[in-house]
Amino acid sequence: MTVRKNQSQLTADEKRRFVNALLALKRDGRYDAFVSTHNDFIMSDTDNGDRVGHRSPSFLPWHRRFLIQFEEALQSVDPSVALPYWDWTTDRTPAASLWAPDFLGGTGRSRDSQVTDGAFASSGNGWRINVRVDGRDFLRRSLGAGVRQLPTKAEVDSVLAMSTYDMPPWNSASDGFRNHLEGWRGVNLHNRVHVWVGGHMATGASPNDPVFWLHHAYVDRLWTQWQSRHPNSPYLPTSNTRDVVDLNDTMRPWGNVTPADMLDHTRYYTYDTAA
Amino acid sequence: MSGITRRQAIGAAASAAAGLAAVGAARASAMGAEPHDQAHAGAEPDSFDEVYLGRRIQGAPSHDGGHHAGHGGGHGAGYSVRIDGDELHIMRNADGTWISVINHYEPRATPRALARAAVVELQGATLVPLPPPAV
Repeated sequence: MTVRKNQSQLTADEKRRFVNALLALKRDGRYDAFVSTHNDFIMSDTDNGDRVGHRSPSFLPWHRRFLIQFEEALQSVDPSVALPYWDWTTDRTPAASLWAPDFLGGTGRSRDSQVTDGAFASSGNGWRINVRVDGRDFLRRSLGAGVRQLPTKAEVDSVLAMSTYDMPPWNSASDGFRNHLEGWRGVNLHNRVHVWVGGHMATGASPNDPVFWLHHAYVDRLWTQWQSRHPNSPYLPTSNTRDVVDLNDTMRPWGNVTPADMLDHTRYYTYDTAA
Repeated sequence: MSGITRRQAIGAAASAAAGLAAVGAARASAMGAEPHDQAHAGAEPDSFDEVYLGRRIQGAPSHDGGHHAGHGGGHGAGYSVRIDGDELHIMRNADGTWISVINHYEPRATPRALARAAVVELQGATLVPLPPPAV
């Protein structure tokens, strides 16, 4: 059974295995396919048109399915690997072990934001950026430059306290838990973390930075915590909503999975600590 | 959209050097701007054509609905932005603010602010051509 752990608790061997599995997917091209899929949805999900992966109720089930698929790809390389999660309310500085050379590497240099240490530095030749928004083929980060502070525990708690999953107009203007977690309104959780990391994480091709998966694993864990706090609050909307994925509608690109299928994560994985 | 001209390349290189000092300040001012100050949902932003940190940025209403015309109601909400002639993929949020593929997670109040933010982020690099609609 897959158990997702807090990245700060990983052993040196677990970190090495995770990094090696990422590099293997990069080599065989599967990694870049995930980056392409994400950017395609980023560019096609609109507030007034069809929306699946972002700015809509299915933001959470879509990314849950996306992460499961990625985790399965990692496990095809090394069955012992699970996605770690990054609790950015606790590990909130560039000095965190997450950014050490034996794990994801650190922030980019000032001249061009290029990451220069760790397995994902361009000097290692193992992490060329192929799915690009601009001409640069090296991984970029600017930790803490785009926004000074990561979200706090108190800000997370204020969003977890919201009892309604989502509301009309079911987009970036909605009130409710999903949109406050996604970050288009209010204290801004998920979006702000993308901006804090900066570089590729601030772009539509954000999965180019492997921290994308650790960030979204934590967002996914927050969803499980919200479900535990609000056992009587269902996924919304339930039916006949234009341009939006209802509870039992299938989600692109898979076509065979619905938000309802994604409500219980425990058949796929669990988290190291109870919600 | 052909490759960049020599003049653009020199301009970009010069801006990468001269503009870097301004990047911190530009970023700070971009962060300080409250997106809702100037945003009026439904109001049509004006055209612009200027040089910012050595890059030519242009924005104008486009009646074809932007690059992916007709898809999902038009991404650019009838507005297009170019940096040194290359189209920047943009999108308008429901509250009237704007995002681009370069700064996807941080809305800006106007297309001009969005174009400037992209220039800061690009650090002299050129945009890649927009891919065809995938879904």
